[in-house]
Order: sequence, then C-alpha cells, then structure tokens
Amino acid sequence: MSEILDVIFNINTFSAAIRISVPLVFAAIGGVFSERVGVINLGLEGMLLGGAFSAVLGSYLTGNPYIGVLLAMFMGAIIGFIFALFTLKFEANHVVAGVGLNILLLGTTTWLMQIIWGSRGTSVNVTGLSEITIPLISSIPIIGKLFGSHNILVYLMFVVVILSWIVLFRTPFGLRLRVIGEHPKAADTLGIKIRKIQYTSLIFSGVLCGLGGAYLSLGHLNWFSMNMSAGRGYMALAANIFGGWNPLGAFGASYLFAFTDALQMRMQALNLNVPNEIIQMVPYILTILVLAGAMIRSRPPAALGKHYKTSR
Amino acid sequence: MLKRLKKYSDLGYSLIAIILAFAIGALLIYLSGLNVGKAYSALFNGAFGSLFNFTQTLMNTIPLIFTGLAVAIGFKSGLFNIGGEGQMYLGAFVTAITAIYLSFLPSIILIPLVLLAGGLAGSAWSFIPGYLKTRTGAHEVVTTIMMNYIGILATSFLLLRYFQETGPIPQTVFIPESARLPELIEFSRLTWAIFIAVFVVILCDIFYKRTNLGYKIQTVGKNSSAAEYAGISSDKMMVLSMMISGFMAGLAGATIVMGVLHRFITNFSPGYGFTGIAVAVLGRNKPVGVLFAALLFGALQTGGITMQLFAKIPMDLMVVIQGLVILFVATPVLIKKLLRK
Repeated sequence: MSEILDVIFNINTFSAAIRISVPLVFAAIGGVFSERVGVINLGLEGMLLGGAFSAVLGSYLTGNPYIGVLLAMFMGAIIGFIFALFTLKFEANHVVAGVGLNILLLGTTTWLMQIIWGSRGTSVNVTGLSEITIPLISSIPIIGKLFGSHNILVYLMFVVVILSWIVLFRTPFGLRLRVIGEHPKAADTLGIKIRKIQYTSLIFSGVLCGLGGAYLSLGHLNWFSMNMSAGRGYMALAANIFGGWNPLGAFGASYLFAFTDALQMRMQALNLNVPNEIIQMVPYILTILVLAGAMIRSRPPAALGKHYKTSR
Repeated sequence: MLKRLKKYSDLGYSLIAIILAFAIGALLIYLSGLNVGKAYSALFNGAFGSLFNFTQTLMNTIPLIFTGLAVAIGFKSGLFNIGGEGQMYLGAFVTAITAIYLSFLPSIILIPLVLLAGGLAGSAWSFIPGYLKTRTGAHEVVTTIMMNYIGILATSFLLLRYFQETGPIPQTVFIPESARLPELIEFSRLTWAIFIAVFVVILCDIFYKRTNLGYKIQTVGKNSSAAEYAGISSDKMMVLSMMISGFMAGLAGATIVMGVLHRFITNFSPGYGFTGIAVAVLGRNKPVGVLFAALLFGALQTGGITMQLFAKIPMDLMVVIQGLVILFVATPVLIKKLLRK
C-alpha cells in the first residue's frame, strides 16, 4: 500500500501527467470550440490521428520537426473545414459524420503509412521536438521539475488554455460565439454572422487537434503508428463535457485523465499483485464515471447537435 | 405512391454514396501510383471469383449482419451504439466458456444455450451505457467506446488468468464438437450461422414493422417527448433497445466462436464491430438494408485480402471506403446538390 501511495504522490507522476495531458488538452479545447457553436464533435479522434500523421510526414520530408508541427496544424485546419462542410452545409447528423470522419482518417493514415514507409505497424523514426529548458524556472525545486523542461507544445498548451478562456469568456467575439450554441435564432436576429463564426471555430478546433496530434507523434515517440490516437479524441470529448464546455475545466479534466494514465503506467512497473489488464482499464472506467457524474449537474449548449438554417 | 418514391430515393442515395466512395478510392490508388483496374478487379475476384471465394465472403458477412443490426437497433431508439466491438468480445468469450463447461449436454440443447449465453453477455455489456444514458445523460458514444476498451481488456484478463490453454498462445481450449455449427460446404468455414443471421434479420423486420413494442421503440427514437406524452417510458425503451442491440453484437461473437474459430482467441476481430457502423448507416437502419450492406462489406473484407496479395494494394483502402460511405450516406443534401448539377 505504501508503495502505491509513493507512486501517487511522486513528483514524477505529476510531471508525467503534464506530458500525457497535452494531446487531451488540445483536443478537449477543440471540443469546447466546436460544441460552443453547436456542433457535436466526435471527429476529434480522427483530427488527432490526422495531426499525428501529418507531423511525422512533415518532419520526415524536411528533417525539421517544427515544419512537421506546422503541417499538422494545416492538415488539422483542412480536416476541421471538411467536418464543418459536412455538418453545417450538408446538414449531416453530427455524430454519424464524426464517426465517419474518424474511420476515414484511420483508413487514410494507415494506407498512406504503407505507401510511404512500406509498413503497416509504425513509420520510420523522424526528428522529434527537443526539450527547451527555461533557465530560471528549471532551478526552482518542485516547479522546475514540473514546468522547467518541456518541448514547445507543452508551453503552447498553457498559452492556449488561458487565451481560449479569455477569448471565449472575456471578449465580444467569445460572447457571439457562445450565443450561437445557445440560441442560434437570437444570434441571427442580432446580426451575428453565424456561419462565419461556426466555420472559424471548427477550423480552429482542427488546428488544435493538429497540435495535439503533433505532440503524440513528435513530442512523445518520434514516429507514427497505426491508430496512434487510441481513443484519446473520445476521452477529450468527455473531458470537455466534464470541464463544463470551458477551457479551464477542460484542462482540469484532461489532467485528471492523464494523471490516472500516468499512475497506471507506473503501477504496471511496480509488479503489484494486480494484473496489468485491470490497471490498464482504470483510465477508461474513470472516463465513464466522470462523464456520468458530470452530466448530472452540467448543461450542454442548448442548440448542441441541431441544424440551423441561417437567414442569409 | 409518395412512400414508394421515398423508398427508391433512399436506395438511390445509398448507391450514389457507394459509387462516390469507390471513385475517391480509385483516385487515392491512382495518386499512389498504383493500378486502379488491377486493384478493383482483384477486389472483385477475391470476393466473388470462385465458389470458395464466395463462401469466404458469406463467412465474413455473418458477423457484419449481427454488428450492423446492433448499430441499427440502437439507432431505432435514437442511440448510437459504437460498442459493438466490446459487446462482441464479451459474447465470444462467454460462448466459448459456456460451451466448454457444459460440453456434457447434447447438441440440440447446447447450441441454442450457448448462442443465448453469448447474446446475453453482449446485452449485459450494452446495458451499462444504456442505463448510464437514461439515468445520467452520459453520451452513449463515449461510454460505449470506453466499454470497448474495458471489454477487450477484461476478456483477455479472464482468459490469461483462468482459462488459457497450456501453451504460449492466448486462447482457450477448443469447444466441444457438439457446440459447433455444422459447415455448409466442406473446408469453407461457412456454416449454418448464415441461416441464423438471415432468420434474425427477418425477426427484427417483423419486430419493428408488426409489433407494439417495436413501434414504441421507434416512437422514442423519432420523438422522445411525444412518446412520453403518449405514455411510453422512453428511458425503459432506450435501455431495452440498447440491450437488444448488445444481444446482436454478442451473437456476432457467438457465431464466430461456434462456426469459425471453435475457441476464444484474444484480438480475433478485424474490427467487425466498427464495420457494423458503416453497415447500419448504409442499410439505413433497416434490417433488410443491413443484410445487403453486410454482404457488400463482407465482400470488401474478403476481396481486400486478395487485392493486397495480388495487386499489392494495402487493404486499409477498405477502411477508407467505409469512412467515405458513412460520410456520404449521412449527407443526402450533398447528393441532392450533386444530382441537380
């Protein structure tokens, strides 16, 4: 028992959880932006996967991981745009379109991986993102260990969390955006350009997932593997809900999931008398419990999942 | 008259969606510098080229009929069950264990009994997301996905811990002969399961068209507040619907164990549960539609292997086509726009 407590309260677990949380946080905030404009986004999973693939491709082609990240953002934007086309313009059922998008991207990335690298399992190794040590912060005892040395996407994640919150809740643009998800008709009457904001929001959601995907492949392992996102997009959607459709909440929920995952990995290494399969289940069970608990007391944007024809 | 017209247009949209998906698939093959004609002819030959190939197509069609029905049945009550994969693993596992432990029973009792056990195991697994949805509002798509991971881990845990055959491979011992479904054609692994599948399709069709309960479930799916107003408990109907849905996915696992593998093996599924989504969407959630859509995807699964072997085209192209079919079928507006031009 004391061994377990040691792992739980170990600084390394907390710092590992920050790293594991990155793709979840980016995707969960992507979820916030699309659900706040009324679009249920199950496509987060496919967007993450597309981002992870594009990042490795970019780094493979140029040898520069930062170009990989840019390519992932670009591809994320395109995927977000396609998802927006299907859900907004072609009025597809959001849930069905999201799942279709995920299957499409799973197939496309696995296919391209074989065409480009000739292997169905994993891609070749590419140059990954290196860690940047922040001089002053890294020398502070605990904080230095947690925040002192990470790659650029981790720092960017913190910036995105705070900026998204400010944009959504402290600017007129954010207010307009939120009105669309709550009451599109009112937004329309007020003269808000609904479609423009919805497209922007979904494309931004794709860009964020691109960043999350890039972290999965270039920040963690330096290669791409089949179905690399492994359900993280769905977990991110749950984190967005648990976080109350709020970037700060989404961050907190994602960190909770990531912490469980970090714990799970470290417990496997401990050789406890608990079978690994059971330990591996914990993050999934937690997602279900959290979602069930969260839905009782929180309320989604009122027009979520509904199609609204704009007046112009 | 209008109704008939709508029926035809549904079929028309589905066909156009398939054609569009294959056209984009062809473009992808072409852009990859591979031969489109060679790819698609290998695909067709692999699926229908000989009697043996056709039996393999039918063999792959069986689980897809069940997983497709599972998704379609969920949709009928307005729920999207993408937990077919996990429910199928539970079904397969419980089927194998029941068959092994009750091997003393005669075939005529054992076969229906293990089928039922497999189906119920799937139901038990789908009950959880159904219950959580009605009690807490937790979105079933997320919970069923999580239940997939948990189910696959749980069955492999139970297998490794308690039921593994001695040896390095994570599998159970063979189930007794008396619990196996007889083959239709020797060495084809195509069994009587195909008739069970067709029978279940007919039952479902009757259930939704002719029974009171089936009608109630569909009312909930179309308009749950109207259903409540009419005195139908939408919560009850949703949970029930979810359990019937899981039962179907469980049957997919049961028939694979009883007809094809004759044991439970970890990671036995090439994603039948997920392909079931494409099957249901393409089949417009109608049992008979599911039957034909399952045949199409069964053919793609089988032909895809030949295509990979002889035309050197990765068979993941089939997954691409599945995704495209789902997207296109989901957007009749897009197809209408295309037709108008």
